[in-house]
Amino acid sequence: MFEADIYTVNVGPVHPSTHGGLHAEAVMSGEIIQDVIVHLGYVHRSVEKIAESKTYQQFTPYTARLDYLATNLPVLGYCQTVEKLLGIEVPERVEYIRVIMAELSRIASHQIAISATGIDLGATTGLMYGMRDRERIMDIFSMTGGQRLLSSYIRIGGVAEDIPDGFISAVTSFVKDIPKMMREYDGLMTGNEIWQARMKGVGILSKEDAISYGVTGPNLRASGVPYDIRKAEPYGIYDRFDFEIPVGCVGDSLDRWNVRIAEIGESGRIIKQALVNMPDGEIKAKVPKVIKPEAGMEVYHRIESSKGELGYYIVSDGGTKPYRLHVRAPSFINLMVLPVICRGGVFQDIITNIATLDPILGESDR
Amino acid sequence: MAMDTEKITEELKNRFHDKITLQEDKFILKFLVEKDELLNVMGVLKETYGFNHLANVTSVDYGEEFELVYHLYSIPENHKICIKTRTPRNSAQVDSLFGIWPTADWQEREVYDLMGITFKGHPNLVRVLLPDDFTGHPLRKDFVMKG
Amino acid sequence: MEHLIINLFQAFTGLLVDLGLPPVLAEVALLIVKWGIIIAIITLNVLILIWLERKISGFFQERLGPNRLGPFGVFQTIADTLKLMTKEDIVPSAADKLIFKTAPMFFIVVSVLLYTVLPMGKDLQVLDLNVGVLFFISIGSLSTIALLMAGWGSNNKWSLMGAVRSVAQMISYAIPLAFSLLGVVMITGSLNLQDIVEAQKNIWFIILQPIAFITYFISATAELNRGPFDMPEAEQELTGGAYTEYTGMRWALFFLAEYTNLVAVSALMATVFLGGWQGPWLPSWLWIIIKTYGIILVFFWVKWTFPRIRMDHLMSFSWKFLVPVTLANILLTGAGIYFFQWIGWC
Repeated sequence: MFEADIYTVNVGPVHPSTHGGLHAEAVMSGEIIQDVIVHLGYVHRSVEKIAESKTYQQFTPYTARLDYLATNLPVLGYCQTVEKLLGIEVPERVEYIRVIMAELSRIASHQIAISATGIDLGATTGLMYGMRDRERIMDIFSMTGGQRLLSSYIRIGGVAEDIPDGFISAVTSFVKDIPKMMREYDGLMTGNEIWQARMKGVGILSKEDAISYGVTGPNLRASGVPYDIRKAEPYGIYDRFDFEIPVGCVGDSLDRWNVRIAEIGESGRIIKQALVNMPDGEIKAKVPKVIKPEAGMEVYHRIESSKGELGYYIVSDGGTKPYRLHVRAPSFINLMVLPVICRGGVFQDIITNIATLDPILGESDR
Repeated sequence: MAMDTEKITEELKNRFHDKITLQEDKFILKFLVEKDELLNVMGVLKETYGFNHLANVTSVDYGEEFELVYHLYSIPENHKICIKTRTPRNSAQVDSLFGIWPTADWQEREVYDLMGITFKGHPNLVRVLLPDDFTGHPLRKDFVMKG
Repeated sequence: MEHLIINLFQAFTGLLVDLGLPPVLAEVALLIVKWGIIIAIITLNVLILIWLERKISGFFQERLGPNRLGPFGVFQTIADTLKLMTKEDIVPSAADKLIFKTAPMFFIVVSVLLYTVLPMGKDLQVLDLNVGVLFFISIGSLSTIALLMAGWGSNNKWSLMGAVRSVAQMISYAIPLAFSLLGVVMITGSLNLQDIVEAQKNIWFIILQPIAFITYFISATAELNRGPFDMPEAEQELTGGAYTEYTGMRWALFFLAEYTNLVAVSALMATVFLGGWQGPWLPSWLWIIIKTYGIILVFFWVKWTFPRIRMDHLMSFSWKFLVPVTLANILLTGAGIYFFQWIGWC
């Protein structure tokens, strides 16, 4: 007699949080989620088609707009892919500067993930703490290249200009404060009873599911798989740094949360080592003015972005513009697993799960 | 443990004879596979050689034919391999790899959406990035961009 | 000062009687004057509180809060109220008009009625009821009806769902709320709020009933739909709380009612647990203001620190934890009273 109805509730696309235009349709029976149907494409800007009509250098700013919260990472990936195609090796100093900028972007991205999760769960003060700390990184970015959010600093063959005075001291003081920041996030949010109750055991992603669905990044590591491209297939000079890969046990939301906070600490370690060992030297390799890779050359290069495995597949036909450029977006593939982890949970868990999967729709829709 | 590329090449050649051709690439071990053997090759790669991570599924428009490119990795050994297959333009259809790697779900939907290649056996082959009522497949070389 | 006010009231009724009004009607006229004063106090309080909450939350979050209108942004609330009053009044065409329109009025009337029994100083209250505590709790529970009216009257699936969740929450937490006060009532031996204040002459009840203080605080947060228990309201992110279809001044009335409730509940806590208007040097009405605002600040603190509790955790927390704890408190209090009477301390 009292049978629960099946009805649908829409989450988004106008969602009061910084994920972008994500539309998740929850099919519910009573209070339990039966299925989540994800609709994407609200931020689709046909980046891959645009790439076919732009030269390699002209396309660089487009990559920054993919993952706009951690912009140095996609730009780094693209520049390294093109350098691989051309067979260019960048100077040592550039590698170290790139590592510092990339890891700072990773920290900034994780801080947004932390803030967004905080406000999604109701801890508005958590949002402010993450943003306040991220402002320091934004100031460091505006020192180099003049841009706070959308980086235009890393270029094909090197970086735009040498690091200014004050950069090293700003980065050093920021890195010194990282343990204090992590303690604050833990103190305000992680240790809280209510937080634990809302995140523990919620949205469990098993190891097998994670690998077979192609999930990468902190989500994969939270499920217990210690796979990080910086260690598995090091690019740049990542094999010279000593850092750990934080790994979770169960793969629930709390693990994904803890992995991101721990990764902030590890990035701090890498930056510290990079600052110490950075040599002097050139800041740009010899790159031809008109970039024309060999015809028929193609390469798939991937980096560990803050969201997961960000890959670029470029096919060249010998011209100045790529014949085909494909971006393997980690958020697109991570979102595939949202229905899997939401099924059987309560409605509020969709919000928690989206927040801890940390998708970024600019990258997901390209 | 580093990947023994020669051993794998030999074994695959023995198994699939002329359906699989080694291609030259200085970055990765690359094979071109006949369309009808694709599922078998992929199954063997996953079960026997442990390629459990289908990192990338994409397609390229080469005029007369479409080329599908698959990049496979193994976690945790970190071997890598690239498989390609071709399908003619006017009847672009390939077997879906969803049964082997569920991650092929949305990646193949994106290829269908933007390039127009259909996948036999895909559970839900609808557009994913473009609106449902969109006509045409933008990544094709003959797609006319307006404006 | 208190004597001044009481003398003024007596002079007022005396004047009316002298002018030929029967004494009963003079008392009624005095009641109307008292209510006018209460409403003025409430309005002033709410204006201050909304500004205070925004400033304090900004302080917690290392940002400024309102700072443009007036010094320190004090006129922000007035500007917001003016804006809300000039908004278009939309009533959904399929809504049950009577219920839809009366729900906010009902809510605010109930919230204002709570001030009837609150002692605002020595001998200063609207009515000195012998069943003050009972009156407070029962009138307070009526606000659930207002929420249900809002949800039902909107003729909107999501409003009804949000309202039903709100009502479930408020009913669940009304029980620990009432039980927490029972310990104090047992020690005092009376439901009269002035008696309860008198009984704290030597020692405040927060020291005698610390558990009851905490459980009352938690239950009150849930009853007010505030702080970590605002899931039914925050549903506006997801589906829509009971207030979805309300715009402009009607919507503002709901939030005014919530703040009114907040002040009333804090004033009750100050009366019952913190000794009411008693205190050295300062006049009694100032003491009650200080204590009430102290508790209101704790409410703000809790809201801006904690994340939201999930609906099912909320219900199990009330029924499986708070109710047994408050019952145990009553048991302990009873045993304590019996014990102290036996050894002759009281």
